[in-house]
Amino acid sequence: MFQKLGLKLTIAVGVIALVTITIFAVFNTRSVNRSLLDEVERHANQLSEAVKSGTEYDMMLNQRERIHETIKRMGTQASISRIRIMNKGGAIIYSSDTTEIGQMVDKKAEACTMCHAADEPLEHVAMEDRTRVFRARAGAARTLGIINPIYNTPTCASAACHAHPPTQLVLGVLDVTLPLAAVDRDIRRGQLEMVIFAVAAILALSLIIGLLVARWVAMPVRALLEATRHVAGGNLNYVIPETRRDELGMLARSFNNMTRKLSEARLQLVQSDKLASLGRLAAGVAHEINNPLTGVLTYSSFLMKRTANQPEVQDDLKVIVRETIRCREIVKSLLDFARQSVPKKSQADVNDIIGRAAAVVENQLSLAHVRLVRELAHDVPLITVDANQLQQVFINLFVNACDAIGPAAGSGTITVSTRRLKLSPVGITQIKQAQCPKRHSLMSDEVRIDGKPSIRVKARADGNEGFIYRDPMFGLTRHQFGLALTSTAGVQVTCPECATSLLEAGASCPACAAAVFAFEVPTKGMVECCTNRACTWQRWPEVERLGDRDFVEMRIHDTGCGIAPDEQLRIFDPFYSTKGQKGTGLGLAVIWGIIDNHNGTITVESAVGAGTTFVIRIPVEP
Amino acid sequence: MKTSHDILVVDDEPVITQAVVRVCGADGLSVDVADSATAALARLEKATYQLIICDVMMADVDGFAFLEDVGRRHIKTPVIMSTGMSTMENAVRSLSSGAIDFIPKPFTADELLTAVRRGLNYSRLQAAAAAGAPAPQDMLAWVPCPAQYYRLGYTSWLAQEPDGTVKIGAMDLFLKSLDAVQLVTLGAPGDEVVQGGSCATLAAADGLVHGVLCPVSGKIVEVNRLVASSPAVMERDPYFEGWLYRVLPSELQYDLQHLGACSSDRM
Repeated sequence: MFQKLGLKLTIAVGVIALVTITIFAVFNTRSVNRSLLDEVERHANQLSEAVKSGTEYDMMLNQRERIHETIKRMGTQASISRIRIMNKGGAIIYSSDTTEIGQMVDKKAEACTMCHAADEPLEHVAMEDRTRVFRARAGAARTLGIINPIYNTPTCASAACHAHPPTQLVLGVLDVTLPLAAVDRDIRRGQLEMVIFAVAAILALSLIIGLLVARWVAMPVRALLEATRHVAGGNLNYVIPETRRDELGMLARSFNNMTRKLSEARLQLVQSDKLASLGRLAAGVAHEINNPLTGVLTYSSFLMKRTANQPEVQDDLKVIVRETIRCREIVKSLLDFARQSVPKKSQADVNDIIGRAAAVVENQLSLAHVRLVRELAHDVPLITVDANQLQQVFINLFVNACDAIGPAAGSGTITVSTRRLKLSPVGITQIKQAQCPKRHSLMSDEVRIDGKPSIRVKARADGNEGFIYRDPMFGLTRHQFGLALTSTAGVQVTCPECATSLLEAGASCPACAAAVFAFEVPTKGMVECCTNRACTWQRWPEVERLGDRDFVEMRIHDTGCGIAPDEQLRIFDPFYSTKGQKGTGLGLAVIWGIIDNHNGTITVESAVGAGTTFVIRIPVEP
Repeated sequence: MKTSHDILVVDDEPVITQAVVRVCGADGLSVDVADSATAALARLEKATYQLIICDVMMADVDGFAFLEDVGRRHIKTPVIMSTGMSTMENAVRSLSSGAIDFIPKPFTADELLTAVRRGLNYSRLQAAAAAGAPAPQDMLAWVPCPAQYYRLGYTSWLAQEPDGTVKIGAMDLFLKSLDAVQLVTLGAPGDEVVQGGSCATLAAADGLVHGVLCPVSGKIVEVNRLVASSPAVMERDPYFEGWLYRVLPSELQYDLQHLGACSSDRM
């Protein structure tokens, strides 16, 4: 493809050069020819004047023999073809070619017609009209002839010979012809040079263009092609070097960006696919395990009821019942995670939860000689969480950290710290509900932005009508427009369901003065947005009034082996495990699901050999 | 003459049916066992039962199909569903398909007995209503649910408020099927509730503790303190004074699909 493109460009440039140079050459050659002929013409005229004045004195003295001799001698010169003088009657009186003396020249002959076209011959004619270019015979070299009239003068009329009456104006004509062979040779050489120059110029130009096209177009296009082949082959991590700053460089950057986005999307797809299979697995496991568990739980609790008066077995039975109920909760949480259901939340102190989790793993840690250091802040606010689920998160992270430290290291440290943190609501607050004044929901599951349902409103402008899907993350502007919204005047924004206008009467955007529309977030006030597509202004007084949101940050740091950067991307995937037969690969996926269900985030910071830190942030206000 | 039992338990897992026989038998109830839905339907031809406990996931015909069959045959015996797939969806689906209760597996002996007692009481109420007899002496007259309300089975009701929130409470029949409520344990404003999940517990005079399954998912915005301080108000006026929570629903339209209209609240 690129070869064709290069070839096409080269051919196009070659053709344009060919046409331009040809036109230039034709005009140039013509002009050179004309000036050369002009030069010869002037030269012939001077020569003819020289012959005339050279023979004038002899004519005056009627020295015919001398005139004959002069003309004959002059005619022998190579640069002169022939010199002849004709009298008024047309008879050749003198000529360098002695054989034609005495012959009559036809007035109709080409050399004479200029003056003798009319009945009465012209007496004064311009030099250009007196010259003629002709070939003596077909195939012969060109010749230039010039006719010079010999005028009667008072000295002629009064000369001793009395040959000419004073009334006669023109006595005869001098005809000088010069060969043009040398001039023609010059012209031919000039033309040849021009053709050689043209061919050389066209070849050079095409070659240079071809090389430049190869360097500037073909090479980067080939790199792009190569990249598309890699991507088509499934390698979404292939990156084109972004060295160029031109359009193809932009294309390369845009290509890299596209593959990055694709790879992210694929990751997400794979993740959801894995979650789906996890869901099926969990459903099967729940059914299979819950039936035998029912047997254990029913009989043990029944036995406990019946042996209420036997304290020695009561305590043991209590353990069986408690632990079976714990199993029930574990299976339930697996189901909950797989179905992404809402956790059972209540106000809880994170430090307490960490304490309980630590108590569970204490034995395991001391066996592995791992020290657990607590750096818990005392001003951490209560947060609304499912304490059981969060405890499970900490237990899993402690066990993972212990495994990462490993037995060989002898001893290591896990540091768990908590602190309160303030983060701006902009960009991290998700609008989960939105409604029109008539309480129709504006949330749209069809268009999701970054995986979250968008806010759908209907817009009409310039006769166009379509939906605007707004970014549900307050402060972000990854909106999607279902219509071209170019002007800001006369934009109508309505509820898609009841067509009630969402425009705020009299309000205008403080950033760009365009109209403003608003929707309600139940119990959290109104969110105002600008109708101007290019404007990013939005306001949510209820949330902004609260200012920065409070978060509780929990960090679990270990001095273990660390996680390689490419593994960090995958550790939250279900079934991804580095523990081989020891692990199921579900631990971190379950943790991720739990934290996500608490509107929180979990991230990992790690370097191989330097240990790992998991950072969990959960908002204080859910 | 048909034989008569208190309970028919339908499950393809012998350990479950035996456990029910053991626990309920010890409580003085007679229990019959069927290991499949087909066998259960055959038994229903020959015998009468006060209550049926049925598993959802069974090899041949599943519990929901069995529930439909029972309805088609005009068998009035109330059904309690139970499953190891103890998800909210299964709980809600059971109640909206006509079951009177849902017990998630695994359950303790007390959890089983609580549900069974409630079911048997319901069965008695139903039989009395069918016979046109006045309600048994120890029970107040039955109060119908207002027509514009929605209900989740016979356990809880939901009423839409003009401000976009909903009020929820326990159905009169549900309250009638338990002993006098002594103590109501409620959640707090801000708590999340899930449709089909337990949102309040009612401790009755007989020592059994009953969970009220929530008819809607969302967030509690207001709690009826009156009910917590004097539980009797629930039984006196279950649909107005006796409400439990005002909830901001998260997916009302979705949840409503699983609720019945109270205008169909007839035994």
